[in-house]
Amino acid sequence: MSSAAKGNGARPAIRRVYPLEDLCMGCGLCEVHCLVEHSQSRQLLRAYLQEQPTAVARIRVERQEDFFLPVQCRQCPEPICVYSCLTGALRRDPATGEVHVDAERCIGCWTCILACPYGAIRRDRERGVIAKCDLCPDRTVPACVVACPNEAISYIEELR
Amino acid sequence: MSRGNGRRHARYVMVGNSAGAIGAIEAIRQVDTDGAIVVVSDEPYPAYSRPEISEYLAGRTTLERMLFRPPDFYERSGVEAILGVAASGLDVRERRLELADGSGITWDRLLLATGGRPTVPPIPGADREGIFTFTTLADAERIRAALLPGCRALVIGAGLIGLSLTHALVHLGVSVTMVELLDRPLANALDLKAARVVERKLREVGVELVFGQTVAEVLGRPENDRAVGGVRLQDGRQLPCDLLAIAIGVTPRADLATAAGLQVNRGIVVDRRMATSDPDVYACGDAAESFDFVHGAERVTPIWPNAYIGGRVAGFNMAGHETAHGGSTGMNALSYFGLAIVSAGLQEPGDEPGCEVLVSADGSAYRKVVLRGGRVAGLTFVSDIEKSGIVFGLMRDGVDVSDFKEALVAPDFGLASLPEALRRERLAVPLATGRAAGNKGDA
Repeated sequence: MSSAAKGNGARPAIRRVYPLEDLCMGCGLCEVHCLVEHSQSRQLLRAYLQEQPTAVARIRVERQEDFFLPVQCRQCPEPICVYSCLTGALRRDPATGEVHVDAERCIGCWTCILACPYGAIRRDRERGVIAKCDLCPDRTVPACVVACPNEAISYIEELR
Repeated sequence: MSRGNGRRHARYVMVGNSAGAIGAIEAIRQVDTDGAIVVVSDEPYPAYSRPEISEYLAGRTTLERMLFRPPDFYERSGVEAILGVAASGLDVRERRLELADGSGITWDRLLLATGGRPTVPPIPGADREGIFTFTTLADAERIRAALLPGCRALVIGAGLIGLSLTHALVHLGVSVTMVELLDRPLANALDLKAARVVERKLREVGVELVFGQTVAEVLGRPENDRAVGGVRLQDGRQLPCDLLAIAIGVTPRADLATAAGLQVNRGIVVDRRMATSDPDVYACGDAAESFDFVHGAERVTPIWPNAYIGGRVAGFNMAGHETAHGGSTGMNALSYFGLAIVSAGLQEPGDEPGCEVLVSADGSAYRKVVLRGGRVAGLTFVSDIEKSGIVFGLMRDGVDVSDFKEALVAPDFGLASLPEALRRERLAVPLATGRAAGNKGDA
């Protein structure tokens, strides 16, 4: 087998985002910035008002009276969504531990939505595929983390 | 694999090349990067997404786009794939698998991931041309080749296979009649209310539905008695059709196991490690029975995720990495015709003692959770499905939900609805988060 399959070479840090429920105010700015980051224009008004198909935020702020919780993909080490994916669209990168979806392969069957114990996978109805946190591949620190005014979303790079 | 003196041997041999075998291969390669793996399959292609044959028939995808893993998967994983060759015999004493091409291969660990074959009841006249099943890519190709303009199809069975076929046929403009023995579609996967949602949708897209009936006889055509021209139902009614599909389910392909003397009930019997009655032979997927934590018994649950997860457990154990299957149960998500419905476990508890049913509905949304002894035993969500996985997770883990059961069907249900201790445990936020990096507990 190839050396790539054996996982040789430098391994990148494991990137993780955690919600800090005591600090979340429920403002929803993380959702706004996530949506804009995943839009075509990456401009707020265009992303919300003009783009077709409309971008979908991959983070969801749960709101219950006076309690708020920002929820996104936990990048599970044993990702049941990946094991349940009917098409192979969801894969866990063994080098980074990140779970990513190939939107070209996703058929929008929603099986992973039923499998995810965090309710962290969303339906992108206009595209007929799922939307999930990708840890903002074009950024050093994910957009939701940067946008949060109260540092309620924590970003960690774990060395391995 | 060694090939000396005409003797072939591999540490691991997989019979079958679908979700179960891939799950096993990926697990083995996590813990054993060197042991030779050989995959044998009667299908001539790399592993493909079987559920996508509906999209394939509809002309909306290609085999290349349906591949379950990238084209270089076998090479990268160090797997020799023998494709298009059926396994014809199994000698567990000699640790030898016979292939239909006359060759054989010996193994240290064997996985029987042979899947299911379509259940075809004996119907008089069912030897005519124009009769199909629908579980493989080859089936989809055969049906596609048989479709002519103005073609009328009759599908026996309104379960998951029948629905996936009907979805493709409707897309192709074929007029479809579904004949179902029970009184509704998807009776084995959905509760009554969700099944009615599917029924309404099917009628809306023009599908004719005949419930409480089965086909008593397949009729020929006036001009060609050897070709399908229609069916006669049990009640005597005759329905014309040019194409007949039998989609009433699948039966475990356990012939190899049975002939080899392995224990087989309805499917191949395995323990929680997915080992059969022979400790070096494993089985998973549609061919095998596995522990259903809702029914508290071994059963065949022929769905894709269970095959992959069972294969994964088998793979770890085959490689000497002890792993027990936590159990599975029936779970399905439906997106045909723009619907969004998910279900798992017990759907209609009836008057089963200790059961409680929680329901809420607004607009097109419908949420139902079945409790048994304070724990989730079943769920059905229509339209509002994005948080159903949280409920399924509580169900899988056997969490006592008595204290917050009403919240499970609330429109704003989420992780925030769980008691704080449970929520924190499930989110597993490292203690060091926000103060110092470097927590390795999650890796």
